[in-house]
Order: sequence, then structure tokens, then C-alpha cells
Amino acid sequence: MDLTLANEFYRKMLLIRRFEEKCVELYSKEKIRGFLHLYIGEEAIAVGLMHALSPEDAVFATYREHGQALARGIDPKKIMAEMYGKVEGCSRGRGGSMHLFDAETRFYGGSAIVAGGLPLAVGMALSDKMMNRNRVTVCIFGDGAVAEGEFHESLNLAALWHLPVLFVCENNLYAMGTALKFTESETNISLKAASYRIHSQQVDGMDVEAVSKSVQQAVSEIRLGNGPMFFEYLTYRFRAHSMFDAELYRDKAEVEEWKKKDPLILLHQRWKDININKYETEIADIIDEAVTFAENGTLESIEDLEKFLYSDEVAQ
Amino acid sequence: MSSIMTYREAVRLGLREAMEKDERVFLMGEDVGHYGGSYAVSMGFLEDFGPQRIIDTPLSESAFTGAGIGAALGGMRPIVELMTVNFSLLALDQIMNNAATLLHMSGGQFNVPLVIRMATGGGKQLAAQHSHSLEGWYAHIPGLKVLTPATIQDAHNMIGLALADPDPVLIFESAMLYNSKGVLDTQALPLPIGKARIQRAGKDLTILTYGSSLFKALEAAKTLIPEGIDAEVIDLRSLRPLDDETIMKSVAKTHRVLIVDEGWKSGSISAEIMARINEQAFFELDAPMARLCTAEIPLPYPKHLEDAALPHADKIVAMAKKLMEKS
Ligand SMILES: Cc1ncc(C[n+]2csc(CCOP(=O)(O)OP(=O)(O)O)c2C)c(N)n1
Ligand SMILES: [Mg+2]
Repeated sequence: MDLTLANEFYRKMLLIRRFEEKCVELYSKEKIRGFLHLYIGEEAIAVGLMHALSPEDAVFATYREHGQALARGIDPKKIMAEMYGKVEGCSRGRGGSMHLFDAETRFYGGSAIVAGGLPLAVGMALSDKMMNRNRVTVCIFGDGAVAEGEFHESLNLAALWHLPVLFVCENNLYAMGTALKFTESETNISLKAASYRIHSQQVDGMDVEAVSKSVQQAVSEIRLGNGPMFFEYLTYRFRAHSMFDAELYRDKAEVEEWKKKDPLILLHQRWKDININKYETEIADIIDEAVTFAENGTLESIEDLEKFLYSDEVAQ
Repeated sequence: MSSIMTYREAVRLGLREAMEKDERVFLMGEDVGHYGGSYAVSMGFLEDFGPQRIIDTPLSESAFTGAGIGAALGGMRPIVELMTVNFSLLALDQIMNNAATLLHMSGGQFNVPLVIRMATGGGKQLAAQHSHSLEGWYAHIPGLKVLTPATIQDAHNMIGLALADPDPVLIFESAMLYNSKGVLDTQALPLPIGKARIQRAGKDLTILTYGSSLFKALEAAKTLIPEGIDAEVIDLRSLRPLDDETIMKSVAKTHRVLIVDEGWKSGSISAEIMARINEQAFFELDAPMARLCTAEIPLPYPKHLEDAALPHADKIVAMAKKLMEKS
């Protein structure tokens, strides 16, 4: 890694951080409604991961996906417009915060059913294998997904069929308000993946460099036909689960302890020459622009309410 | 060209033709390969098409149905077989939360050209976890299409129709019909999805039905002739979309309606059809509508109890006669 890359990583993580902080502000102004799940604290995973992917790879994510969508390169304007429920949003406003989709960057959502995206990623990888396409499908999910049957079914299928899937588990220690230790008999998630004969590893999810390195290696292995692979990234969300969470289940001291490992601070400590001020200004402009774009966006006509249910009703 | 074959053979031929025509088509499910399909539909396919296209899956309904959705997103044309409707409930999350929602939720970006087949219905003494008719449930879900082939022609044609559709289509094959025989006309133009078919024209009352109940209704119609009752029997073919036009036209002709539905009465497709007739053709009715459904119990094992629970021709006859008395 060199300073140029460190700068790029920092800039992308900062974009996610500031974008989401703006979202919180807009939420309290009631511009954004519904569920809003913040990624703050976990930025290193999205940024390190997306850096190592190619445009032809596919991404399946969860409802906590703003960071991944931004890091994947979906236009912040389109993401903000989606938060506003506007037609200019990346899902035409139909999805909102939890359902960001973008065909151009092969971003397949935005799924709010815990573990529901794993089977889809397996199927996408199956189609790549069948059609002899050398692409990787990445599937991102939380530690909560590990308890679901779909997690186990999907890992088994991916391993059984040698599919080009990269499983990315963001272990932030909590599923809503329930700590992993209260729900799993084995809290080392990578061991579960290993039991399906999937190469798996725990990685520091606060260290963007480590994340990016791990994914780079995995992706080249997968492209050689040595998939699937599994990473458990150890991380922590600094904010509440959603805007409705009073955070009664964890100690303030624990949160503060993790904040010392803030991925932005960590990277800056290592690369002192990162030009933070320059990025702050640049990003403030990008976010302002996104908010203006969303504000000026259009609300879909009620006449079109029942569209997009079947393909023949999709507007051109 | 027409030939006589069983319903099973018709589905098999439909699948075979689809596999031969388009190499993106593949079949995936429990026991579809080495076993030959739990209802022997895909017998011989593994040898003919190989394990790449005839995929025996583990008992993971949710994951392989979801994998079908993912593969469809990736440009393949998967056919997922779910053995029996009761087992499809383990895949309900994928069917409801992903297959049915993705196009809408993504603002029209991602359609899911997936076909899901499963067997439905009672009558084989398979008791309370293998005998139900839940197609009406699935018809509740916007974003899906729900087909219920009854005839040999449809058993064959609906495979191709479903595969040609850009969106998720569920095909409910009647377990009781696999051995039934009939004529397949390979030259006939397939009747599109969403069109009902008048299987027997009549003027006195309309019997609306689908799946294996169609043949019970046709048998009843025959019995009713000497009684001076001329019943029109309509095969709905598709429960979503429903063919309102054909239904209302028939109601306007006969002014009397009997619905035969192997699902349970409460919250059923028969209830939906009645509501639509009420909304669209109320003043055409000369008598209150009637319906014959399965008794509201988990289907019991003993033959006499199962028989008593399911719709039968004699019950249809009795209800039709009663309906003709009212005016
Ligand atoms: C199948 C399902 N069950 C329950 C929920 C409600 N729910 C939403 S998020 C969540 C916690 C998931 O935790 P985790 O997978 O660790 O992801 P994180 O929120 O920590 O990123 C729960 C229980 C859901 N969305 N889907
Ligand atoms: Mg978690």
C-alpha cells in the first residue's frame, strides 16, 4: 500500500461517514423516514472490499448497505434521492434506505430479510459457473444471519458446487440488541464456514488495509476456480441498530473502547500525510450536491403506483 | 400432430423440449436426477442432459429456490422443482420476499425469469403434510403468476409458457392427474397465461374450477344432462392473473355460479372469485353463488375421511341441482 491508496481509502471511508451523519440530520428533519441503519464504525469493510472487486463482479448486501453502495460507486446523488423516496433514486424511490439497487454496478440490493440474500448470491455464482463467466459474487451479511437456516443451506451449496462466491460476514457482535454470545453455541463464525470445507478466516474489520488485502487474495483464488471463500470481519457499529434503538443492551464503555479502533483514525495514524482537510471540503460539497439533488427530485405519480410488478409494466 | 399420453409424460415432454430448445434452461430440485423425480417426471433426464443441467439438490428448499432466483438474475432460465406444495413452505421466504418483490423493489431494474414447479392436492391418502392445495395462497401474492394445468395440453404447454415469461411463474401440477391420459396436439397454438378455457359450453349454470377438480366437474356435468341441467364448465388455468372477462361473460350467460376449489373455503381463491363476480356481475345473478371446497381440516389419512373431505362429482351434482332450484 502507498499514500495514494491510503488517500483513496480515507476519502471513501470519510464519504460514508459524513453521508450517514447527514442522513441522521435529515432523519430528524423527517426528510428520511422508515428504517435507517447506519454503518458508521464499519466503513473499512465496505471500502476495502469494493476496492478489490472488478466492475463485472456482483454484490448482494443487507439493509445496512449505504456504505457498500457508496463504496461500490453508486452515485451519492442517486442514493440520497432513494432515501427521499424520489424517482431519481437508484431504485426509483421504491426501496428506500434498505433496498438500494443498481444494475450498472451490479448491486443487487439491499435485502432486509436476514440471510435472505445468501441463496441469491449462490444462484448468481451458479449462473456464472454454468455460463463460463469468470466473475465473483460477493455476499455481505451480519453475525445475526449465521443462526438462520439459509446461511447453512447456502454455504453447503456453494461449497458442494464449488461456486465463485465470497461470503463476507460483518461480525459487529450484535444482532439488534442481542449479543452473539447469547445466541450461538460457537461464537467463532469462521469455524462454522470451515466445517463446510470453505476456506475461511477471521480478519480485523477495522483495518481497511487488512480487509482489502484479504479480499484481493480471495478474489484471485476464486477467479482461479478455488471458491467459495469466507471472511469473518471483526467490527463494531458505533451507532444504534436503527433510529428506533435506545441501546439498552450495551455499555457506553464498550462503545468507547471500540471507538479507539475507529477505522478512519487507525488509517490516519498509519498514514500521517493523508490530506484530511482537503477531503472534508470535497466531501461536504458532494453531500450538499446530493441533498440538493434529492430535494429537487420528483415524487412518482400515484397513477404509476401499481407499476413494476410485472416486466411488461416497467417504464422505459 | 396429436398423440395420447399421460399428464406425467406431457410435463416431461414439455420439459424436454424446453431443455433442448434453450441451453439456459436447467432443472434443479430434490431427487430430480438419480431418482428420476419424486413423481417420475424427469425420469431419464440425468442420462440425457447430464448433471450440469439436471441438478440433485440437498434438502434445502429455501437455498435452492433462492439459488434459482439468483441464477435467473444471472441470465439462466432455471426450473426449480419443489416436490410437494407443503414443502414449498420452507422456500416461502425466497418466493415471497425475493422472487415476487425484486422487480418492484428495484424500481424495474431486476426481473426474475424463474419457473417453480410442484405437485399439489389430495386424494392419495398421504395425510396432513402431503395433501394440501395451497395454490390459492400463492395467488394472493402480487409479482407472481400461478398456473394450474389440468389438461394434457396444458401440462405440456405451460412449461414453455412459463419459461417464456420474464417474471416468476409457479406451476402447480395435480398429483392426482399424473397418471391421467389425454390428447396432446403439438401443433396447437398454446392458450396464453391468464386465459381461462370453456371446457364444456352450457347455458344453465357456470361451474368454475381448476386442476384435478376440472374432471370432477366435467363428470358432474355429464350426470346433470339427463336431469335437464346444461352446465358450463370453465377451467380457470391461471389463478393469478384470473381471467375476469371469461368468468363474467359466462355469468352473464348462465346467471348461476358454482365454484369448485380444492383449497379450504376461508380466505380462498373461491372467495376471491365470488367477490369479483359480486363486484362486476352482481345484477346478472339469479341465485346466490355456491362453492364446494375441501373440508376445513388438515387432510386425514383414512380413505373414507379423505374422500369425505375433498370435492367429488356427486357433491357437485347435488350442489348444482340445489342451485337450479333457487331463483
Ligand atoms: C428473517 C429476519 N428476522 C428478523 C429480522 C429483524 N432484524 C432486522 S436486523 C436484525 C439483526 C441482524 O443482525 P446482524 O445480522 O448481526 O446484522 P447487523 O444489523 O448487526 O448489521 C434483526 C433481528 C429480519 N429483518 N429478518
Ligand atoms: Mg450484527
